[in-house]
Amino acid sequence: MYAPQILIEAALNGLMTGAVYALIALGLTLVYGVLHIINFAHGALLTVAMFAVWGAFALFHLDPYWAMLGIVPLMFGLGYGLQRFVIGPASHGSDNNVLLVTLGLSIVLENALLALFRSDTRALDSDAALQVVELGPLLLSTPRLIGFAASLAVTGLLWLVLNRTDTGRAIRAVAREKLGARLVGIEVDHVYAVTFGLGCACLAVAACLLMPTYYVNPRSGAAFVLVAFTIVVLGGMGSIAGALVGGLIIGVVESFSGLLLGDSLGQIGIFLIFILVLLVRPTGLFGARA
Amino acid sequence: MTSILVPSRRSVLRTGLAATSLMAMPAILRAQGAAVKLGIIQPVTGALANDGDLGKLGAELAVQDINAAGGLKGLGGAKLEIVFADSRSNPETAAQETERLNGEGVAAIVGGFGSGLCATASQAASRYDLPYLIDVGVADQLTQRGLKNTFRFSPSFGMVTKSALERLVALNDAAGKPARTVVIVHEDGLFGSGLAKLLQAELPKLGFEILETVSHPSPARDMANVVLRIRSLQPDLVIPSNYYGEFVLLARTMQQQRVRPKGIYAILGGGASSLRFVKEFPQAAEGVMDCNHWPDPKNPLTAELRKRTEAAGRAFAYNVPMNYSAVRLMAEAIEKAGAPDRLKIIEALSTQSFSSGVMPYGQSKFATGQNTSAMPLNTQVQGGDVKVIAPESFAEAKANFPFKA
Repeated sequence: MYAPQILIEAALNGLMTGAVYALIALGLTLVYGVLHIINFAHGALLTVAMFAVWGAFALFHLDPYWAMLGIVPLMFGLGYGLQRFVIGPASHGSDNNVLLVTLGLSIVLENALLALFRSDTRALDSDAALQVVELGPLLLSTPRLIGFAASLAVTGLLWLVLNRTDTGRAIRAVAREKLGARLVGIEVDHVYAVTFGLGCACLAVAACLLMPTYYVNPRSGAAFVLVAFTIVVLGGMGSIAGALVGGLIIGVVESFSGLLLGDSLGQIGIFLIFILVLLVRPTGLFGARA
Repeated sequence: MTSILVPSRRSVLRTGLAATSLMAMPAILRAQGAAVKLGIIQPVTGALANDGDLGKLGAELAVQDINAAGGLKGLGGAKLEIVFADSRSNPETAAQETERLNGEGVAAIVGGFGSGLCATASQAASRYDLPYLIDVGVADQLTQRGLKNTFRFSPSFGMVTKSALERLVALNDAAGKPARTVVIVHEDGLFGSGLAKLLQAELPKLGFEILETVSHPSPARDMANVVLRIRSLQPDLVIPSNYYGEFVLLARTMQQQRVRPKGIYAILGGGASSLRFVKEFPQAAEGVMDCNHWPDPKNPLTAELRKRTEAAGRAFAYNVPMNYSAVRLMAEAIEKAGAPDRLKIIEALSTQSFSSGVMPYGQSKFATGQNTSAMPLNTQVQGGDVKVIAPESFAEAKANFPFKA
């Protein structure tokens, strides 16, 4: 039906898009795995990061890839502050409250962006946006290739942080056993905030990778967040490897079902594979805890 | 027996009413003669906020101009006063806000943007015989529901498609028929799907072959697949119908993937008739054609409105002149009615003809609520600006077709 070249390109497109999905899901799954927060503000925070990338370009003509150096620490700081001074105190330790607080936060953020920027759709015309890498007959979008590589790198880096550093050990300890961690002298509130900050930092990287080709308006994060939630559940809630593999699978499935069924129905493929995996493995692909 | 300490419902109501009218007093005192309240409803938050915001600006500029020129002449120079309502891009809110506008005592309502929003708002207004002038809401059904209060200033969907197809054939014939094959790309909502269906029925009759119809959701995260299909099909023409964000994604991905059809011919395309797109993506925008709402380029007021829009920090799009013109038309209707009386305004709108402001409609006249002289213009992005290329009487430039970079 389609030439093999088209199918290969669709698969590669799917992998590249999926890698960025994975990055967005990574922040979500990390925050869930440690803080047990189902973070409804994830999409809004992604939008904030995307506006930051856009702002850096509009004001200083800063290339999104270079902007990463500034925006990642900024978003980390924002995440740290939000958890430490807003979500943590406002939730009083109750999971239900956390849901409401993050939901409220997303509404506040979205409307603040709306007030600041109106609902205009904005995009940036960076040099990288239109470049392609020619691989024989294949035309691969340079920003997507960069996105793919960067997503893999960040996932690896995050894995290293969690498994090889003291901070990572503390995070894992808190995730396992909050009280025990506190008893051995781990500052739980600080670890919570760091984790939330890391989640936001992942979003910042994703925003920098998306903005060369995507657009931003006060609601654009929402387009990604449902997919991210799906990936988190598919991969196994709280699993880093699960987020990566889940993201790549979803990307490829979306790409092929989009190609074969039309883009409108492409989304169906995502939910079909989602239901299928959950039927076979209710804990998700890499989920350990039930 | 009514106790003195426990106020009766009636006395509470009476006090409430008194308080409300007291609060309304300053507005009445300010105007010489009673100001006429005009309801403006636009989605300034939510998914359609970009359009709503520009529409609101257009309405405000019109009211400014009318008041600066001495107000409503037939009504002793009464000033127009906007009562604004935000429909939040949500049909239910549009109806609720219309109820509120009715409660605030507006004489008429102008606006809506988006078929779904216009449908519920005009329906709600019809319960109070409140004249409702739709700015942009293309669904044909809007004026076919037998609502006496509802009028549409702009062309309906059917009218736009008809003009678009006629002009496409003319364009193609004039260039020696370079285009034969077409791919339709549309958003999968009411507007895009309906349009695609119409095109699928009509294009083959006109000698075009539809290679494929691709639908996509809004918001779409990615257009790579859509473009991949276009690339494998190599059509002469791509006809997109979608909103701004998706249109931009599509145009840019096509440019990146080096897909260069002989023409991109949008019908009510979200991006091709917006100067924001042209300004931000000059390369991707160049050569894109659109059949859409657009003001008369030869009317000097059009250029002036564009300047005032830019002075307000916005990129010009058709919403500004459209609402500017619609508000002026409504003001004329109120003058012709001789009083801010709802039934008289409806009567005037149904029977008389009006000037169309900066829109290229000549004299506007409504038959069963639809402005029969409304029509779209064809535009093309040329040299970083939007130029009208058809019909002949409004054209500023020759069409660049088949497209040569």
